[in-house]
Amino acid sequence: MHQSTLTELSSALELKKISSEELTRMYIERCKKHNNSLNCFITISEESAIHKAKIADKKRASGDCTPLTGIPIAQKDIFCVNEIKTTCGSKMLSNFIAPYDATLVKRMDENGFIMLGKTNMDEFAMGSSNETSFFGPVKNPWNVSCVPGGSSGGSASAVAARLCPAATGTDTGGSIRQPASFCGITGLKPTYGRVSRYGMIAFASSLDQGGPMTQTAEDAALIMNVISGFDKHDSTSVDKKIEDYTKSLNNSIKGLKIGLPKQYFEENLNSEVADITEASIKELEKLGAKCIDVDLPNTELSIPAYYVVAPAECSSNLSRYDGVRFGHRCDNPKDLIDLYSRSRQEGFGKEVKRRIMIGTYVLSAGYYDAYYLKAQKVRQIISDDFKKVFKNVDILASPTTTGTAFQLNEKLNDPISMYLSDIYTVSANLAGLPAISIPSGFIDALPVGMQLIGNYFQESLLMNVAHQYQKVTDWHQKIPSGYQ
Amino acid sequence: MSIDKSEVQKIALLARLAIGDEDITSISKELTDIVELIKTMNSVDTTDIEPLAHPLELFSRLRTDEVTETDQRENFQANSAETKDGYYLVPKVIE
Repeated sequence: MHQSTLTELSSALELKKISSEELTRMYIERCKKHNNSLNCFITISEESAIHKAKIADKKRASGDCTPLTGIPIAQKDIFCVNEIKTTCGSKMLSNFIAPYDATLVKRMDENGFIMLGKTNMDEFAMGSSNETSFFGPVKNPWNVSCVPGGSSGGSASAVAARLCPAATGTDTGGSIRQPASFCGITGLKPTYGRVSRYGMIAFASSLDQGGPMTQTAEDAALIMNVISGFDKHDSTSVDKKIEDYTKSLNNSIKGLKIGLPKQYFEENLNSEVADITEASIKELEKLGAKCIDVDLPNTELSIPAYYVVAPAECSSNLSRYDGVRFGHRCDNPKDLIDLYSRSRQEGFGKEVKRRIMIGTYVLSAGYYDAYYLKAQKVRQIISDDFKKVFKNVDILASPTTTGTAFQLNEKLNDPISMYLSDIYTVSANLAGLPAISIPSGFIDALPVGMQLIGNYFQESLLMNVAHQYQKVTDWHQKIPSGYQ
Repeated sequence: MSIDKSEVQKIALLARLAIGDEDITSISKELTDIVELIKTMNSVDTTDIEPLAHPLELFSRLRTDEVTETDQRENFQANSAETKDGYYLVPKVIE
């Protein structure tokens, strides 16, 4: 049963093949059994999950339910869940009990999902390997000496090992798509503004976006139907009607125009990843899609622009952690500056402090125009490049990452090399576009992901293409040995 | 251009981070390397380009000035390390 997708679990519950309580207990046991080795979860909320599963079973019996009522899932520990510890992977929030639900959490709860626990992540979502978590690194179930990717590495690892059928993630520069790719699952970053950020702990507010991490595109559509849509509590939420994302999954992709950005297939790319991506694109061509080479000439600039914009917003957002109202507080502060500075020094890890420092620097007097304003202009150029190519194509296809999951500790002390590995994912965040990563093959028993980028609010087309691909391939059904 | 030790100390004060003396040399090097990476964007001409602060064209939504939240002081203050009589405590600011 633990190998089932959300779609299959929904039907099993409907047909009374299993109760929500049985299902929840089964997943909780799996989480507890494998968490010692994988470290996917910061909190396993056994008591509340079983309590809610019992209620879900009653609701199913009385008919007061949705197709999703009683299905267990996991939440990334960046989402506030009322009365549950919400740490964001940081010592700073290691004792923080959220006093309210994030909108995404509330909507999933109202639709009947049962939360099994909170997944591990890079501290404040800053990292591409999950090694910056205060709670220790997450392991990749395909090879435990490799990273699962980050920052949503706990969610990716947990779904890949089938410790939960699906989870949520957040994506600021690739944090859903890169771990999805490294762990062989499906991960969707929606259009900026599509999913509410209320109660999602902020890293870089103009880039952050929550989304589903699932086994299949079909499951991603089920979750998107629940979590997307306008929220008055988020000032950047888009007031645009949402569609039923499951409706378009089975549309034919005959005649679909796919752009292949030249710059995403150049020198940095591992040649085996290139071969696998090309083979996947051929599959899409067999389904009737047409491929065209396109040009995104400023792709290389996305990394420097991102590493100005994201740290700048991070330094501003994280100024709220002052040791006063919530979060870590140092012992015996001698004055106010000492309280702030030592609480922050002790509460934040190395990478978070590095980014706060960079952000503070680029925003400081005398440097603002040279760095921050310049980066915003480069961001405009990158966004315009996408607008141009979307006049001629429906979606873009590329590898999600330049290579497969790297070794633990391989890049931890080389931030530049870690930053450069985000080259294929950060542009979509800078432009605010939706993008999905889907399993497309293996190299030496490690998964490879293919990325599809869509135009604004074209999530349904991305999931449609991904679903059509998953109907003719079985990469997404592979489960690492030891977890079958 | 490198970010020297005095610059690191200045940024750390602005960022309210009590960075230890033993870490300043390594941070100075890391920040210098990152700024070198950032400066590669200088290769592109951005004359007449409007800065993009946000991916979507947004406008500020207004709402009527009504109380919508209930008082949850105790609930919120439960997360604070030190409070007294409903106030947050900080070290003495005014002598």
